[in-house]
Amino acid sequence: MSSYTQKKGFGANVWDYITTVDHKKLAVMYLLAGTLFFAIAGFEALLMRIQLMKPNNDFISAGFFNELLTMHGTTMLFLAATPLLFAFMNMLVPLQIGARDVAFPFLNSLGFWLFFLGAVFLHLSFFMGGAPDAGWTSYASLSLYSPGHGIDFYVLGLQISGAGTLISGLNFIVTIITMRAPGMTFMRMPLFTWTALVSSALILFAFPPLTIGLLMMLFDRMFGGNFFDHTMGGNTIIWEHLFWIFGHPEVYILILPAFGLFSEIIPAFSRKRLFGYSSMVFATILIGFLGFMVWAHHMFTVGLGPTANAIFAVATMAIAVPTGMKVFNWILTLWGGSIKVTTPMLYALGFIPSFVAGGVTGVMQASAPLDYQLHDSYFIVAHFHYVIVGGIVTAIFGSAHFYWPIFFNRMLNETLGKLTFWIFFIGFHLTFFVQHFLGLMGMPRRVFTYMEGQGWDQFNFISTIGALMMGVGVIIMVINCLLSIKGEPAGRDPWGDGRTLEWSIPQPIPFYNFRQTPLVRGLDPWWIEKQEGNKEMTFAEPVGDIHMPNNSAIPFVISLGMFIAAFGALYHPDADKPWSIYILIGGLAITFGAMIFRSVKDDHGFHLHKEEILEIEEHLYGKGGNK
Amino acid sequence: MDFNTKFTPHTWPDHPEQATMEGKNKVVGFWIFLACEVVLFASLFATYLALKNKGPAGMEFTTQSLFELPLAFAMTMLLLTSSLTSVYAIYHMRNFNFKAMQTWFGITLLLGLGFLGLEIYEFYHYVHKGFTFDQSAFSTAFYSLVGTHGFHVTLGLVWISTLMIRNAKRGLNLYNAPKFFVAALYWHFIDVVWVFIFTVVYLMGVIG
Amino acid sequence: MSSHDTPIVAKSQAQYEYDRHHNAVHMRKQVVNFAIMIFFTFIAFAVVAADFSKYLIFPLILLLAGVQVVLQLYSFMHLEDKKTHFGGVIGFFMWMGILIAFTFFLAFLTIIWW
Repeated sequence: MSSYTQKKGFGANVWDYITTVDHKKLAVMYLLAGTLFFAIAGFEALLMRIQLMKPNNDFISAGFFNELLTMHGTTMLFLAATPLLFAFMNMLVPLQIGARDVAFPFLNSLGFWLFFLGAVFLHLSFFMGGAPDAGWTSYASLSLYSPGHGIDFYVLGLQISGAGTLISGLNFIVTIITMRAPGMTFMRMPLFTWTALVSSALILFAFPPLTIGLLMMLFDRMFGGNFFDHTMGGNTIIWEHLFWIFGHPEVYILILPAFGLFSEIIPAFSRKRLFGYSSMVFATILIGFLGFMVWAHHMFTVGLGPTANAIFAVATMAIAVPTGMKVFNWILTLWGGSIKVTTPMLYALGFIPSFVAGGVTGVMQASAPLDYQLHDSYFIVAHFHYVIVGGIVTAIFGSAHFYWPIFFNRMLNETLGKLTFWIFFIGFHLTFFVQHFLGLMGMPRRVFTYMEGQGWDQFNFISTIGALMMGVGVIIMVINCLLSIKGEPAGRDPWGDGRTLEWSIPQPIPFYNFRQTPLVRGLDPWWIEKQEGNKEMTFAEPVGDIHMPNNSAIPFVISLGMFIAAFGALYHPDADKPWSIYILIGGLAITFGAMIFRSVKDDHGFHLHKEEILEIEEHLYGKGGNK
Repeated sequence: MDFNTKFTPHTWPDHPEQATMEGKNKVVGFWIFLACEVVLFASLFATYLALKNKGPAGMEFTTQSLFELPLAFAMTMLLLTSSLTSVYAIYHMRNFNFKAMQTWFGITLLLGLGFLGLEIYEFYHYVHKGFTFDQSAFSTAFYSLVGTHGFHVTLGLVWISTLMIRNAKRGLNLYNAPKFFVAALYWHFIDVVWVFIFTVVYLMGVIG
Repeated sequence: MSSHDTPIVAKSQAQYEYDRHHNAVHMRKQVVNFAIMIFFTFIAFAVVAADFSKYLIFPLILLLAGVQVVLQLYSFMHLEDKKTHFGGVIGFFMWMGILIAFTFFLAFLTIIWW
């Protein structure tokens, strides 16, 4: 028995996960970490909704409410939605393009650990003197004067986890460009891979402005800089620009993979190829491009002048065109299909109208004069939750059901799944639909309470009930996931309707993914093979040695060094903590030392020989199976 | 492919940096990283332009009173020349001439060190005049932009010298050829950024 | 040896000499490009030192800087080389970055004031 087929002890397993560079294990880690932060941020939302359930409530204090709203937004976008989508990207992209791993497995691991330790650092703020409280946008005019270390936690935590996200994005781009299997041309890539590519490109170009913005905030708050201090000639508008140059593409970074996931689910359960594939690709690229040209629509009320507002208003409305193309393509994929309403399909069917509603309110706000009315009201809150929950969260939940067998070789329970959907979906509309009216009635966002007798009481109560329903839905889903541990192995292509390469792999997926690199003969390669009556993919090479990367603990050490250094920077401005500078230098020394160690020590990976491959496959699938 | 394969000038591939899958990934990946760096520096440049000459009421420092052309010219010449010397290094890398490559990279390092020395002198000189990092928004933006470039130069120097020392005894192979190539790309990119710094910060600063 | 690797072949003496010569010619072109860059730098510093009108100097030195950058990217960094793996995609990403960078300049110079 070789070391690949032996069972490992608990400690060895933990060590294996800390040092792993396998994209499938990292995907599971992203999934777990993302779910953890999703739960935390969701709990924060529930606390806020309970506070707003009735007028003049004193369930939580005003200051704590500010911390909650800041952490809810920051966590949901950076630390929940991003890693959950990264989990799908990590798991699916190499499988969909027929690769054995990502282009840079080492960087994949580094990206995860930077993200995770940055996220942990940010959340430690709750226990170390208060969380950030200037909103997820952290406008400089507010955050520069926020006492305590809350904003410092925000700046440093996001700097570290943002670096991780950037590294992972770069990795996906290179993987998709260079690692495609023979025959997998750009125009044969599954749409999820396309959206992963475009969204990674957005990460590549959107995160540097955030990095620079955070660096400036870091200098201003901790090292005596003057970027945003108007008494020294600085300008707080610069922060707003840099933040939204990042922030607007960020929402496309999140929504594009969600579009991609639905573009996989809808054809699978319509049993029909995606309608208008090339127009979908074109629309994805166009959305990505336009996403960079519209950031100032978040700043209409700043006073940029009518010309700037008009340009950005028109550019914003233009994005509705490619998005509309996508919506019609999905509907036309359904049209005439042999539709099977499974849980993932239910989410897809719920997504289309919900997302369109969110998109339409978006176009309303793109009109600058109307935006002056809607700005900073609950209408905005309703709009972006319709887009994010109606678009991204439904995509994540739907594809969790769809891809659970790829992740864990188990199916989720369909009955519980449909129950989750209905409770969550009804709760979602209850929560946010009424918030449109609250906004139009003048209720401002980010307030911790309100006076009675303004006609807001009932709608706020309904909204809170809806939020509790969403919470119940999530709990049922988690129970469903836990129950699946005891479930039967799902096996290969358990839905029976898989179209792309990831469904062609026998389960459980071996760590090298493909024993032989597949030959791709068209769009939806696995569907093509099934249509021709084949039980296997056509292969591009004979069984031979496989080159695989080595595991490494260095990514963890590099990230840990940054984590330690962040504490040094955090306490740097405090006069009573002179030791902070040594922590800063020590942490950076660990990071750079580990990087130099990595550079000096050769890492050639290892070769998996033909005999070992056959032994592993026999262990996984039994004798004679999967020939 | 075995990374330890020994080569002769006759068997050495034309594009050794892209002869293996790892090499191809590295070169493509590094270019994509450079595209990201373009946007990173653009954010700093744009901020600098927005905050140029802005400071507390009655600030005495302006770009015109501060910058001196001869120093900027000397720094530019050093860095431009170092760009050419690293082209020479890659030329010899492709010809499988390890010694010549090391020599040209060594010259690149010396020129880069000279540049860094001048930059440190310049900063020291400004600080001495009272133009410190926290003096005004202008000073903060200036030091952040030019300092980030200087930080990149420092990283480049450490990187190239680490590569030279690590591989001094074993010569060229397909494992380290992409590393040298990518380090040279990084060095050229530093020069690209400097072209804009001397144009936008120094030359346009002297005009006002 | 995977399908992504280049096979190792021993060149014939004639091929070897041809490639060497080709490389040497290419290197001479690089030196010419370097001379152009130095020349442009001289002009840029000279027009500033000569104190011409702002409206002549600004566009001129920005243009010279732009040409220098293109020379660096395509010549010194070998982007013009047709054998560069996915050279087209790389170029697309670089120009995309430059385009986005341009919008930053435009915005920060026009809609940030006081």
